[in-house]
Amino acid sequence: MSEDFNDSKTIQAQSSETISGGGATPTPDIDYVRPAELPDQDLYHGHSFITKWVFCQDAKVIGVQYFLLATFTGIIGLILSWLMRLQLGFPGAAGFMTAEHYYQFVTMHGMIMVVYFLTALFLGGFGNYLIPLMTGARDMVFPYVNMVSFWMFFVAVGVLLASFFVPGGPTGSGWTLYPPQAILEGTPGSGMGIILMCVSLILFVAGFTMGGLNYLITVLQARTRGMTLMRMPLTVWGIFTATVLAMLAFPALLVSALMMTLDKVLETSFFMPTILKAGEVLEYGGGTPILFQHLFWFFGHPEVYIVALPAFGIISDLISVHSRKNIFGYRMMVWAIVVIGALSFFVWAHHMYVSGMHPWFGFFFATTTLIIAVPTAMKVYNWVLTLWRGNIRLNTVMLWCLGFIVTFVNGGITGIFLGNVTVDVPLSDTYFVVAHFHMVMGIAPLMVIMGAVYHWFPLVAGRMLSEKLGKWHFWITFLGAYSIYFPMHYLGFIGVPRRYFEMYDSPYITSAVGMNQFISTAAFIVGAAQFILIYNIIVSLKIGKPAGKNPWQANSLEWLTPTVPPEHGNWGDKLPVVHRWPYDYSVPGAKEDFIPQTTPPSEVVETKVEKT
Amino acid sequence: MSSDPKIKGYEFKPGYSGMAADTASDQTMFKGVHWGKAMMWIFLLSDTFIFSCFLISYMKGRGSTPVEWPNPSEVFALNAFGVPVPLLLIAIMTFVLITSSGTMALAVKYGYERNRKMCGWLILATAIGGLTFVGMQAFEWSKLIHEGVRPWENPFGAKQFGSFFFMITGFHGTHVSIGVIFLFIYAYKTFAGHYDKEKRGWFTSMKGNYVEIEILGLYWHFVDLVWVFIFAFFYLW
Repeated sequence: MSEDFNDSKTIQAQSSETISGGGATPTPDIDYVRPAELPDQDLYHGHSFITKWVFCQDAKVIGVQYFLLATFTGIIGLILSWLMRLQLGFPGAAGFMTAEHYYQFVTMHGMIMVVYFLTALFLGGFGNYLIPLMTGARDMVFPYVNMVSFWMFFVAVGVLLASFFVPGGPTGSGWTLYPPQAILEGTPGSGMGIILMCVSLILFVAGFTMGGLNYLITVLQARTRGMTLMRMPLTVWGIFTATVLAMLAFPALLVSALMMTLDKVLETSFFMPTILKAGEVLEYGGGTPILFQHLFWFFGHPEVYIVALPAFGIISDLISVHSRKNIFGYRMMVWAIVVIGALSFFVWAHHMYVSGMHPWFGFFFATTTLIIAVPTAMKVYNWVLTLWRGNIRLNTVMLWCLGFIVTFVNGGITGIFLGNVTVDVPLSDTYFVVAHFHMVMGIAPLMVIMGAVYHWFPLVAGRMLSEKLGKWHFWITFLGAYSIYFPMHYLGFIGVPRRYFEMYDSPYITSAVGMNQFISTAAFIVGAAQFILIYNIIVSLKIGKPAGKNPWQANSLEWLTPTVPPEHGNWGDKLPVVHRWPYDYSVPGAKEDFIPQTTPPSEVVETKVEKT
Repeated sequence: MSSDPKIKGYEFKPGYSGMAADTASDQTMFKGVHWGKAMMWIFLLSDTFIFSCFLISYMKGRGSTPVEWPNPSEVFALNAFGVPVPLLLIAIMTFVLITSSGTMALAVKYGYERNRKMCGWLILATAIGGLTFVGMQAFEWSKLIHEGVRPWENPFGAKQFGSFFFMITGFHGTHVSIGVIFLFIYAYKTFAGHYDKEKRGWFTSMKGNYVEIEILGLYWHFVDLVWVFIFAFFYLW
């Protein structure tokens, strides 16, 4: 591996000579890092409240803004899920709940959680905060564009939520928005609702593109001295690759949303075949609804990995820091992220097995889908092997990491079921599918977010979160989430269809009644438990234990800023110089169990440090 | 093995493993490439996916509709001296747009040579070329609309013809129009010497640099390239 890096090989040779030389003074050369290619970044420093906290160009503030707005939207999604579970567990308990409302809540819950919560939080929130800090940049490369990105997101959320208040309410066509039903009368929100949804998505994509370009160019072109690609924390790799996916997948969403808007507003027939309604032929004709499904899932499947890849990256770093061990197989982890990202563009039609397709077509997509299991499994093995014989600190962050690994394996295995055409067809549109994707891309990434919040809150706020509350939060969420989604697999096997408002007196699912009540009760408790975190954050901001510098004894650059929390420009007068990867934990011979990335080789010549 | 004079102290390494090492080296992946230029390239990649989605949808839509597709050489014909000439207008439009790409490339050259006047005039010429293109497109749109073609109906055959035509040429026309607006702004900034004096931008407060003209040029060439595809798919198929 290190043959590629002639520079580091020389360093290795020199340092091993010094070791055999027996305590000779290290040659100054081994600390050499070539000079900066670019002049220092020219930043706009805000002075007023508005330029410092509202229309702010500092990536860290933008990250926090993204985080707060995404969380706010996510809480709306959570409340919608409560209302749905109330109806499913105890039909009729919520008096106002009609079938139309139920479908609208399903749709908005899905869209909010996938796009406006998880995507915005991982890429907009963690991406903005962590990329410049972890790569040693002063800020994103185009802070102004970055600021506009957040405000576009803000408008997109506004338009989305406005659809609750228009005549007919928000769209109720399911988060996949399949035409023709999404825009035909009879579907709730087929008037203004669907139009606002499409407009909101278009705004989101436009805003995201501005942010995404920033993330990519910052990673590619603005790293600090010594920060090679293979010295970047996996968090940066995950967010970077996810952003690449987003830049290539969101175009399909943009195009499908635009065409759907035209079908609705101008009565074009892109997706609309000839339709008979109450014996009357509608104006539409000659379009193809399957085209929408292809466009949507060409976006929709990479979207799963847009959420998952940052989670993979972040969890790798958290596990490494809190088990005081280098991440097992770093290069393999990087390549796995890249390969998963690439493969995710060749699997989209596995969402369309029941739409009808040529058997060879299904065979192709089943094969590509199952191939993704290989790099994914590699990652899981590497996480477990990182933990193996590590000096594990069983704190809240580590609990979330462990919770993530089991949840992700669980959801991944049901994915192998659903990737096979013959197994998928009978399980399609049952609660088995609901259980699968909530486990693998709902709960699992959420656990990473929670872990990441407990891990990086001390950096953002300068104070620690309460461990006691954190453990309560974790155990209720973890056990509760399993109580919700584990029984759902069973519901799927006995054939309970998803998206049904009520099951009435279906004799074959009488056993599902009690189970639904149990699931709903668990859902209320888990949802409520999330407010422990919000309470914890608010209280800890005031009375939390001061974190000081680098409370976790981590290596990566974000903990090495001159001030905590870092100020605008991140690094004070001098940019950091990187000499190693961020995973030098528990190195034999080192004084402490961590060697920060900025430690020059001459300070650690007696240690058996990895060559990176 | 060559050393780039622009990058102090960096020597490119030979062979494939050298290429990998250069790519993965610290600070920058693309040595000596301006941030904005890299950003425009990646934006254009994303935009390529948008236009690809449009054109693939068009192919799928045209293949799926049961009604016959209108004959492009009749629909797009223009009467010149009483004789219908197929593709006449579109040939002129394409010629104008491609020519404007040439003037744009020259503007970039003169910009880097710090020939402020020449650069400004060439940007202005490009802007006028783009404006002419948009004008002719508006003429073609109004001709088709006059003949009864609408996004939702089409007297010559499949209604998807109108839908796809107006949507895709409209989306491309929007790109051209945005480009024209920026070209006029950049022409002003060039004449006013903002790039020579490194005057800070109105919104971004970033220092002016002639590289901005090259970045806009990349966008402009891309818009041209997309037009070639739209031309082939709509007018020649």
